[in-house]
Amino acid sequence: MIKVEFLGPIGKTPLEMEASTLAEVSAKLKEDSTLTQWLDKCAVALNDTMVNDLTTALKDGDRVSILPPVCGG
Amino acid sequence: MELYNGPLDTKEIFGRWLDEQAESNYGAYIPFVGTIRAEDDIEALSFDIYEPVLQKWFDEWQEKAKALGAVVKMAHAIGDVPVHTSSYVSAVFSPKRRVALELIDEFVEDFKANAPIWKYDVKNGERIYAADRSTPMDGAGLLK
Repeated sequence: MIKVEFLGPIGKTPLEMEASTLAEVSAKLKEDSTLTQWLDKCAVALNDTMVNDLTTALKDGDRVSILPPVCGG
Repeated sequence: MELYNGPLDTKEIFGRWLDEQAESNYGAYIPFVGTIRAEDDIEALSFDIYEPVLQKWFDEWQEKAKALGAVVKMAHAIGDVPVHTSSYVSAVFSPKRRVALELIDEFVEDFKANAPIWKYDVKNGERIYAADRSTPMDGAGLLK
């Protein structure tokens, strides 16, 4: 089981799911219509490290963070 | 890296940073202050921060600065920051001015693009995500 958390303004409670790669996470999140407006502009962190590869392998207990567009300062 | 609830005490922070580096033999100290402007009838801006990723982003910048013989510093506010107060300060110390001038530009611009901080307008006590002023981080769209 992995955990997916949604940061900042997305305002969605975390999800737990079975997934062995980020591609599988993507497929599951795309089924959720409340995320349609977010996924194309969100970056992704795995256990607090930014990731850029859908084939990234996941293991039990991993935490995937979904980071929407930012504006610090 | 320093995070504070509410507006920053810029004079205290800049003064302390200056004191800390007083004997470090840096020839240049370039501070940057971000102040909340009164516009669009906002009362304040408000900020969410994801600290673990922000710390890693900042650590990478410290390494980059160190390779140039420089030091970068930053402080940011969490929560509401009223107009005409400060939400963000940063600074670069370096032996000579050119490195500091270039580094403060790169550092502040990358901060705007990739620091995991979310901004909201505060109007009538309500937080409204500043979607039109926000930038997708590097690598955005991976899961689309």
